[in-house]
Amino acid sequence: MLKDRTEGGVIYFDNAATSFPKPQCVSEAVMHYMTKIGANPGRSGHKMSVEAGRIVFKARKSIAALFGLRNPMRVIFTSNATEALNMAILGVLEKGDHAITSSMEHNSTIRPLHEMEKKGIISLSIIQADKTGILDPDKIRKAIRANTKAIIINHASNVVGCIQPIREIGKICRENGVIFIVDCAQSAGIVPIDIDQDNIDILAFAGHKALYGPTGTGGMVIADRFDFKRIKPLKYGGTGSLSDKIEQPDFLPDRFESGTLNVAGLSGLLAGSEYIRHRDGGIERILEHKTELQKYFIQKAEMLVEDFCCFSSAQLPSTGVVAFKLNKFSVSEIAQILSDEYGIMCRQGLHCSPLAHQTIGTFPEGTLRFGFSIFNNKEEIDFAVQALKSISEGKQT
Amino acid sequence: MKAVILFYSTNQAIWAENELKSHELSCRLISVPRHLSSDCGYCVQIDAEDKEKATDILTANKIEFEKIEIL
Repeated sequence: MLKDRTEGGVIYFDNAATSFPKPQCVSEAVMHYMTKIGANPGRSGHKMSVEAGRIVFKARKSIAALFGLRNPMRVIFTSNATEALNMAILGVLEKGDHAITSSMEHNSTIRPLHEMEKKGIISLSIIQADKTGILDPDKIRKAIRANTKAIIINHASNVVGCIQPIREIGKICRENGVIFIVDCAQSAGIVPIDIDQDNIDILAFAGHKALYGPTGTGGMVIADRFDFKRIKPLKYGGTGSLSDKIEQPDFLPDRFESGTLNVAGLSGLLAGSEYIRHRDGGIERILEHKTELQKYFIQKAEMLVEDFCCFSSAQLPSTGVVAFKLNKFSVSEIAQILSDEYGIMCRQGLHCSPLAHQTIGTFPEGTLRFGFSIFNNKEEIDFAVQALKSISEGKQT
Repeated sequence: MKAVILFYSTNQAIWAENELKSHELSCRLISVPRHLSSDCGYCVQIDAEDKEKATDILTANKIEFEKIEIL
């Protein structure tokens, strides 16, 4: 990657937004579907349609295996984690319900919840995380009321990369009969997740981040034990099933999957999901690699870049997402210099998470964010630290 | 003699095909015969003699199906 950079290529550290590059098998799978299969799954009996259906089924099975789910029909494909979270939140909560969430949420969770609260449909409690972004499960337990229907928690922060104790929070949910919805947009593919052991009822994932699928892929996964009829569908329409009836089917996945699926995207998602599942060392090794890169970057930058100020931990396991700034410069200025003069792609600002930035004390300016992928290495980090050092010392190339 | 297994959803049909094949049962996906259903999807065709075995496999895997019709 570094060699490519010197030849006009880039160092891509914006993987928390979407991963790049994708494994070659992902683009090949998309191309295969686009050029050889092409048909609409589940709508016709011809060979090409059946083949498209088989791809979708394999993708469901792969995602189910990733989260320890037995029934692959409980994987509902959506266009991203945001759509899945909206389906879960708006589908579960009703008039008079109380919901609990955290101060580390992405807008994909906080906006639908806030909208429902503003309209007087629900009441909402937002539990404050500590400065490092970690939640105290006991604070959540204490916020539960008689009418608490659901607790919605971000598994891994898209701002600082910290990982929440979801198993413990899930246990509290089970003990209190509360639905546990987990936003795994940043954790799926990095942190091992077992939907049953982790006490999750519904999880949302993004297919285009750490699962290395194309953009426009994601999903809602419903635990085997959870009564899926407690979730109202948000979309109604054609499913290729019960076509003689005008009622929406009430079985899975058709209850929630109306309209033609993004089969090109799902072909790539299947390839990406299988790629990471069968990588040496599995997901556990990916988490180690990310944690290692995060620690390496923070320690090196703290040592060499004088006004480096970091908001992510170099000690705790993490998803390889680092929020930082250089005190003497604005974050937008640095991001622009990194992109234009060093070919380093990263994201600056608030990362769609105003509450998380308030929590870590970086609102309203926000921070720079490096998000590492399985393809990044220490050589690239060394280059980035040198770039930050030069910027900090006013010695840009 | 052949039989067809009808499903509520084509997703279930593909899942069933996958499981039956993994148990080395001879089967294939075909369009639903019009006299059996007005639906637009497909079903799984098996040998009629495998009806009970197929039922056991589907039940064990909790794959919902509508019915099995001998053709």
